[in-house]
Amino acid sequence: MAEYQNLFTQVQVTGPAQMGVPLGPGNDKRIGEKPGFLYLMGLIGNAQIGPVYLGSLGVASLILGTLSINIMGFNMLAQVNWDIVQFVRQLFWLALEPPPPQYGLSLPPMNQGGWWLLAGGLLTTSILLWWVRTYRRAREMGLGTHVAWAFAAAIWLFLVLGFFRPVLMGSWSEGVPFGIFPHLDWTAAFSLRYGNLYYNPFHALSIVFLYGATLLFAMHGATILAVSKFGGEREIEQIVDRGTASERAALFWRWTMGFNATTESIHRWAWWFAVLCPLTGGIGILLTGTVVDNWYLWAVNHGVAPPYPPVFPGAVDPATLVQGVKP
Amino acid sequence: MSRLTQFGAIACSLIATLLIQGCERPPIKTTQNGYRGTAMVQVVNPRTAAEVASRQTFPAALPAVPDEGPRARDLFKNVQVLGDLSAADFLRHMTAIQSWVAPKADCSYCHDLANLADDGKYTKVVARRMLQMTRSLNTDWKQHTMAAGATGVTCFTCHRGNPIPQYTWSMPKPGKAGVLLGDDAGQNKAATSVGLTSLPYDAFSAYLSDNKKVSPIRVYGPSALLVKGGEKWGTMKAEHTYGLMMSISSSLGVNCTFCHDTSNFQSWTAAPPQRVNAWHGIRMVGDINANYITPLTSKLPAARLGPMGDAPKAYCATCHQGVNKPLAGAQMAKDYVGLITPGKLVAALPPPTDEPRRSVMYFNVSSAVLQGEQSKGLAQLVATMTTTPRVQAIISGYHSASGELAANQELAKQRAFTVRDALLAAGVPEARVVLSKPLQAEANLQGEDPAARRVEVTLK
Repeated sequence: MAEYQNLFTQVQVTGPAQMGVPLGPGNDKRIGEKPGFLYLMGLIGNAQIGPVYLGSLGVASLILGTLSINIMGFNMLAQVNWDIVQFVRQLFWLALEPPPPQYGLSLPPMNQGGWWLLAGGLLTTSILLWWVRTYRRAREMGLGTHVAWAFAAAIWLFLVLGFFRPVLMGSWSEGVPFGIFPHLDWTAAFSLRYGNLYYNPFHALSIVFLYGATLLFAMHGATILAVSKFGGEREIEQIVDRGTASERAALFWRWTMGFNATTESIHRWAWWFAVLCPLTGGIGILLTGTVVDNWYLWAVNHGVAPPYPPVFPGAVDPATLVQGVKP
Repeated sequence: MSRLTQFGAIACSLIATLLIQGCERPPIKTTQNGYRGTAMVQVVNPRTAAEVASRQTFPAALPAVPDEGPRARDLFKNVQVLGDLSAADFLRHMTAIQSWVAPKADCSYCHDLANLADDGKYTKVVARRMLQMTRSLNTDWKQHTMAAGATGVTCFTCHRGNPIPQYTWSMPKPGKAGVLLGDDAGQNKAATSVGLTSLPYDAFSAYLSDNKKVSPIRVYGPSALLVKGGEKWGTMKAEHTYGLMMSISSSLGVNCTFCHDTSNFQSWTAAPPQRVNAWHGIRMVGDINANYITPLTSKLPAARLGPMGDAPKAYCATCHQGVNKPLAGAQMAKDYVGLITPGKLVAALPPPTDEPRRSVMYFNVSSAVLQGEQSKGLAQLVATMTTTPRVQAIISGYHSASGELAANQELAKQRAFTVRDALLAAGVPEARVVLSKPLQAEANLQGEDPAARRVEVTLK
């Protein structure tokens, strides 16, 4: 029983390596004919590593992705005069910035955002190739393509931020910098520029789905861990042949809140919440600056934000007062 | 299991290191300063705040001397600024200035001891210009330097015993735009100038170099939906404004909420009154940098100049040094009349009058904003008006006699508008708020009478 109350898998059962199903025609060979077993990986998942199917798509994706990350890294390194110590110390602050506004959608010099365009293009291609890979691997195994479409939702948000919106705004300068703190500061500046993103209803929806997905995952994870001593973690079997674990899990939620999801439907709930988070978020970003210029004022006009009673005596904009009044 | 324990211990210490570097150790105290539920709070760490407060010490004023006897300009040669002081008070000023600016040196820091009138030393030329600057700050920029009472500015406000004030800025070196890679686009360094954010680290040159040429700061969308042909500021421009704001925030040790209604950053009517002070402060710093400090560049030795050969210039932290009122609001200037153009020292405002049928609120010089105690008078009036239906408020604005008449009459009107707008914003119907232009808006005959700068409200 104690096994189920631990952060890590306590008992690792190892048998002969599982080699998977034979591949259909037109596939490359899998890599790792002799899979290894890693104790540390076994603590958090399956101890068996490989075989992995890389294929030409995977290889191309990895090469382009690595190239893109290297372009970002070497630009950052050059910004600190090739000083490794400074590179490590300031890593969270460093960034590859998009071109300045005067270049619009034209090609800027390499050192003025050209590298940003190139790195972004390579990264996008890499991600799209990886997406095709997730789609094709699922089909190859006769699965549904749910993972690919969930991934596509994330790619939608990524493309809105770095491609669709900059193109609609007519300037690459509207793209997001590649950097840890810089992309966060960009987000805050973006919110300030467009009158507070909290009043963007799509931003609000996105947060609902983000927190909602987290809540659902916590509820589901907790339920399954709680009934795993009755074999509840074998969810697929429980769908086909409901056993005492499934009964107890359902009963628990019916007792607690009068309603329960089913072993299958809880996953549909979670999938839609997770997928809608970037989908709605992307719509909100796409409308910002292209249609809506100030979300606070928009929200007041549409009854989203209440008019708060005044607390301060009410300042007067000094710029509107007569400038001739010498202080 | 020892392997696991080891792994966990390493992971935990790594996470702990990250947390300690990125965060400030508690306790964190928050004080609400806006409407409930809007997150309008000031965040203070009492430990660091106490440390900063302990640094706000200043020397006691030198004993006053009687204002009699010959004037300094008649007794000494080449006295260009403080000549209107009595000779004794002039020497008292000199002694104080030396102790504020160059306490480790003596008179010879600025003067040729063989000939005190000689202008040979650059320090003397600079000091004279700085005296003129201080006088200007205490008279032309009262909206900032005396916004919260007769605080004013002395040499000590910035210098604190250092010949060059501790906090200054100069032009940064240009980026590496010409080469193949490595241009940082002027940002993304852990820069103290912008509170250790990755925002553009030159938060100053575009905004604080010259008050006549302030780069646009207000880059928010002016209307809900996009207007065709309107000014389209990009997100990058917003990052520059944000950098300036971060420099103000860290210079003053305050949050955004100190000056802004943070749900609606652009609003003036919903903003705390400090935003007006900050607006004047930004222009004030531009004025002293353009007209007092930059023209001295050629006088300064190379060692005093920045990497681009410009003079070290002022920004908010130069005076504020971590607190929203420099030296915790100490009123040092009033003891040194030579730092204020004679006769221009503001007297304190009378308390607001709140009688059943009549309210009077007083304003600072050239200000249409009610501050401190005065805004409580307004709050009382608003409360009376909202709880007593059918009563009509008749509002009249007044101004003092000093300054130009036309500008003053406009100011009196703006003062009346301030009170009217507050009543309307509180939901008092327009029919119950009446503006009445007084027959004689000029309330006193001459000079700067604090009791004259007021708005009178009669309830009928």
